[in-house]
Amino acid sequence: MNIVDRIWKSSLGKKYLMGLTGAALVVFLIGHLAGNLQVFGPPELINGYAYFLKSKPGLLWGARLGLLACVGLHIVSAITLAQLNSAARPQAYATNGAHGASTASKYMLPMGSIIAAFIVYHLAHFTAALPAVNGVGDFTKLTTTLHGETVPDVYAMMVLGLQVPWVCLIYLVAQGLLFMHLGHGLSSMFQSLGFRDHVWWPRIRLFAQVTSIALLVGYSVIPIAIYLRVVGNDYVEKKKYALKAATKKPAPAFVTVPGKEAK
Amino acid sequence: MKVTLKVWRQKNRSTPGAFKTHETPELNVNMSFLEMLDVVNEQLANRGEEPIAFDHDCREGICGTCSLVIDGKPHGPHKGITTCQTYMRTFNDGDEIVIEPFRAKAFPLIKDLVVDRKAFDRIQHAGGYITVRTGAAPDANSVPVPKQTADFAMDAAQCIGCGACVAACKNASAMLFVAAKISHLGLMPQGQPERYRRAKGMVDQMDKEGFGACTVTGSCEAVCPKEISLDFIARMNRDYGVALLKGDAKAVKSGGAG
Ligand code: HEM
Ligand code: FES
Repeated sequence: MNIVDRIWKSSLGKKYLMGLTGAALVVFLIGHLAGNLQVFGPPELINGYAYFLKSKPGLLWGARLGLLACVGLHIVSAITLAQLNSAARPQAYATNGAHGASTASKYMLPMGSIIAAFIVYHLAHFTAALPAVNGVGDFTKLTTTLHGETVPDVYAMMVLGLQVPWVCLIYLVAQGLLFMHLGHGLSSMFQSLGFRDHVWWPRIRLFAQVTSIALLVGYSVIPIAIYLRVVGNDYVEKKKYALKAATKKPAPAFVTVPGKEAK
Repeated sequence: MKVTLKVWRQKNRSTPGAFKTHETPELNVNMSFLEMLDVVNEQLANRGEEPIAFDHDCREGICGTCSLVIDGKPHGPHKGITTCQTYMRTFNDGDEIVIEPFRAKAFPLIKDLVVDRKAFDRIQHAGGYITVRTGAAPDANSVPVPKQTADFAMDAAQCIGCGACVAACKNASAMLFVAAKISHLGLMPQGQPERYRRAKGMVDQMDKEGFGACTVTGSCEAVCPKEISLDFIARMNRDYGVALLKGDAKAVKSGGAG
């Protein structure tokens, strides 16, 4: 048996995969959050960042495919493990079992499934920018000028997108679930990969708690600030009007708000 | 005191089972849970009914034979105590107590509350041993063992192999048992030669028996009568990971001296 086979065919091997792919996704989440928090700066900041990512297609697609592989492996291992686990107890107890198990640990698969649905929505919403799912209009029509070039206006897209109440709610619910998933998953990952002993366990727990709370706060503060019109409301006022008009007749190129644009 | 028992009764594996209610006669509060069952069984036998089958042996919390899921918790309401060490004074007069067998595919039911836990023996056979030379016992201190290592190994060696970890786990996983067995030998200098082969062999046998995987819920640790720590599962995961990377030992072509 080669090593791939040995990992895939064993229960512990699958847990290593869950842990490793989960860890990779958490690292991505931290980086992604750092990127997104730039929405609190001037519009040029996040637009410039988005433009930078787009200008490195190799890097961008490498990361995208890598992430997709991680999500895919994470989900496939989760499902095969869940099958193994339910087969291991054909007859359930009449009384409440799972004494001493935390709520999060009992519902990792349902929480993960909703997170997966959110990932699909999120990609359709902002990455593919499908007008059908955002409740506003065609995001691809939002452009701005940066260093004399016409580039997608990611800042306006985020603000207009998350000002929609139900969209904002979807994002917040997903963050809540992700927080619970990681509340259990992050520390459990260290266990699965064998990094735990009586000295390190309290430290790992603390790290897991701090990280999952930081991710929850970081990711939730963006939709909340946008929904409360704290961020970018003046900037998108004109764009909003233009976006509505744009869906009817061909777009009169988006004018940037005077005074807020970089030279 | 008197209690009402709701007990799982099942004649054998091929006959479907069901809960049956049994009223106990007057009990002494200082009876153990198993003595209470003895009294109920005596009453049943006197009436010409089939007594409740349940597992027990030492009745002093050291052999790991007693089992039972009492009101949803393996080994009853206490922490760090076996069923045989649980006393009726823990319950109140008139309580209804639900008693179920340990439930897992790898622990097939034999009768009523008795399940077959030989899967654990087969896991032990797959690596739960060390190689020692026969002959006179070696001098006690010929192999130095650091105190801390000895203590950890003793913590793991506390496992009495009762299977409560499997019974409690939502995945019916045997990780805590297997981890305890792998660790108590793997920690000691005497256990080093077979360390990785042991981890590989025992985990693979565990998978073959049809136990579930670990979701780190902590149920096993919470019900373990010997309070074995989840830390040992991490240790097992480490050893098994190393074993996976090493792969199976290649057969030596020319053969050794032995
Ligand atoms: C951003 C997305 C996600 C992140 C960061 C993430 C992270 C993690 C981490 C760190 C673990 C712990 C791994 C371990 O115990 O070794 C975990 C476990 C788990 N994840 Fe995810 N996850 C994500 C999405 C998903 C999705 C989409 C599913 C969908 C089915 C899912 C299902 C599970 C399940 C079922 C477990 C527990 C497996 C078990 O221990 O039996 N996760 N996740
Ligand atoms: S009967 Fe031996 S431990 Fe309970």
